[in-house]
Amino acid sequence: MTKNSKPALAARRAFLAKLGGAATCAGAAVGAAALGVIPNVSAKTEAAADGASFPTKDYDWTKHEWGFGVDATKCIGCLRCVEACKRENDVPANAHQFRTWVERYVHLDGDEQVHIDSQQDPVNIAASGSEKTFRFANRYKDAKVYKAFFVPKLCNHCTHPSCVQVCPTGATFRTKDGVVLVDPTYCIGCRYCVQACPYGARFFNEETHVADKCTWCYHRITKGLRPACVEVCPVGARIFGDQKDPDSPISLFIRNNRVQVLKAEMGNAPNVFYVGIDKEVN
Amino acid sequence: MEPILHLAPYTGWVYPNETVFEWSILIAVYPYITGLVAGAFTVSSLYQVFGFERLKPVAHLALLTSLSFMIFVPMPLLLHLGHPERAFNAVLTPHLTSAMAMFGFFASFYVVLLIIETWFANRPFIVAQAQQRSDLLGRFYRLLTLGSDDVSEYAMRFDKKWIFALAVIGIPAAHGLHGYVGFMYGSVKAREWWSSDLMAVIFLFSAIISGVSLLVVLYVASCKLRRVPIDVACVKGLAYTIWGFIMVALVLEGLEFASMIYKGVEGVDMIIQYVTGPLLIPYFVLQIGIGAVTPLLWLSYMIWRGSSGKALVVGVTVCASLVLFSVFMMRWNVVIGGQEISKTGKGLLSYQLPFFGKEGALMAIVLILAPIAVLFGLTRLFPPWADGAAHTQA
Repeated sequence: MTKNSKPALAARRAFLAKLGGAATCAGAAVGAAALGVIPNVSAKTEAAADGASFPTKDYDWTKHEWGFGVDATKCIGCLRCVEACKRENDVPANAHQFRTWVERYVHLDGDEQVHIDSQQDPVNIAASGSEKTFRFANRYKDAKVYKAFFVPKLCNHCTHPSCVQVCPTGATFRTKDGVVLVDPTYCIGCRYCVQACPYGARFFNEETHVADKCTWCYHRITKGLRPACVEVCPVGARIFGDQKDPDSPISLFIRNNRVQVLKAEMGNAPNVFYVGIDKEVN
Repeated sequence: MEPILHLAPYTGWVYPNETVFEWSILIAVYPYITGLVAGAFTVSSLYQVFGFERLKPVAHLALLTSLSFMIFVPMPLLLHLGHPERAFNAVLTPHLTSAMAMFGFFASFYVVLLIIETWFANRPFIVAQAQQRSDLLGRFYRLLTLGSDDVSEYAMRFDKKWIFALAVIGIPAAHGLHGYVGFMYGSVKAREWWSSDLMAVIFLFSAIISGVSLLVVLYVASCKLRRVPIDVACVKGLAYTIWGFIMVALVLEGLEFASMIYKGVEGVDMIIQYVTGPLLIPYFVLQIGIGAVTPLLWLSYMIWRGSSGKALVVGVTVCASLVLFSVFMMRWNVVIGGQEISKTGKGLLSYQLPFFGKEGALMAIVLILAPIAVLFGLTRLFPPWADGAAHTQA
């Protein structure tokens, strides 16, 4: 620097002055743009897809707002929902990828630790004898059980879905009727959404090479049917319906119970509402 | 809790879908390479913009290094994508709320900037070659002159202005690119180990020390290969740079860790169990102890004692190698470590690194070494050497 001649320094100074001017203008522009951008990139964005209706002409997605309820006090852990989901949606027939699953929480007498497992646990797979059918092994038959319950889990179809926020292509989106879907023809398979989901509801489908998750059986509900898991549940532990209809099963479920959502602190505003879960369920 | 063997062995309670690791070693290689790009560019800028004359012998080499590594930045991502043929979807129809969507634009902008700056920096050489050579390579250089063979003093001054301006723009571009990579992890609220405001800054500082260290190793190796004396003042300048930035990097890393443990929110029990168990060696011993504290102490000792000559060169080169290793371990501990802690906060998983395959250890090694092969080729075409150049001026 010390060897620079005076004209060179003057030129540099002039350049820096110009640069400063340009930076000020750019700064002002960025500041103005930020006011518009900040609300749009925040996790609170309403990321509903555009388009008049989808997928059929006689279905208007602006007229519905789907919701799901889980009454954990009723679940018996029969896992028919898991099997029905796998068959209905061609979910890979293995024991480590699920669109829905059931968790078992067991407190044993004199043991402070809660024991949690799901149908994918190797002990349970050994009991079912296959990775295509599922059952809970009777692994606590010799222990004194203090308290136990089952919790069905699935995608929460959040109002502010972090998976949608991070998707680089917009292949995953939230429909106007409140369902979070993946466009398998547009997903690039980066799996950022899998990382971003706080609930572990997403997986990478090794057959299609795209992100996969529960759709609340969108192909069924847009035809007036219920999701497969709700349809097969023998005890009515899974409740589904239109939150815009005050007499739908889900509206009644929410009105007649004190419901809660999972990991509320994440700010995702889930649309799966739970009754009868314990403090350690997340 | 009994360990249960599965795709990824785990203990405790993890969500069923978590038993498959979705981000492999390649996603650790990606920020590593990006960091080397940003760090190498820092060295080039220290000379071009901030006038650190003693770094002149490595200034052009830094630029070529940055370019060589930048070419390979998209590779680990493309190899990892489920549908690499759709990669351009993220650029053609970017989803503006996604931290990842803008990557294509930032990266492309930066590559173009690097190419233009490299062109300006090498223009006198390109013009000379174009005029001297009549072979095929001569034709190549003639093409590269882009029709401009003016190397008059006026033209050179003009070029210098451009190099300065590009270097000035390049500093926020390179660091923005890498800071953004850190943000991609830091903004994932679902993972306690990633979700941190400091993540982007930690990535940035570790990037700088890794890039400077790479330059030390490359410069010393290139001098040995070309059998020319090593410019000790230059090596010392690089050593000071590492020394200064490594302290910041260590403090930031410490603050991040301390605040996580001190706040002790839900799930911290699992993190404590993790860092004192499976992470003890990769994090505390390899990344922090051997990779960062050892070089910091060694460099401090050499600066204190005023080491010079061979002792300094050997010491700094070993320290630089350790830092390169440490920063890779940092990327590993973030990317793989983050996934080893279950989102349930009640279980730990264990990543099984395959050696072969699209996302195996061998591929990771190839991806880290490939830019050096490209750099070797580029130094043949555009020799960046400035032997015995500058330190006397410093």
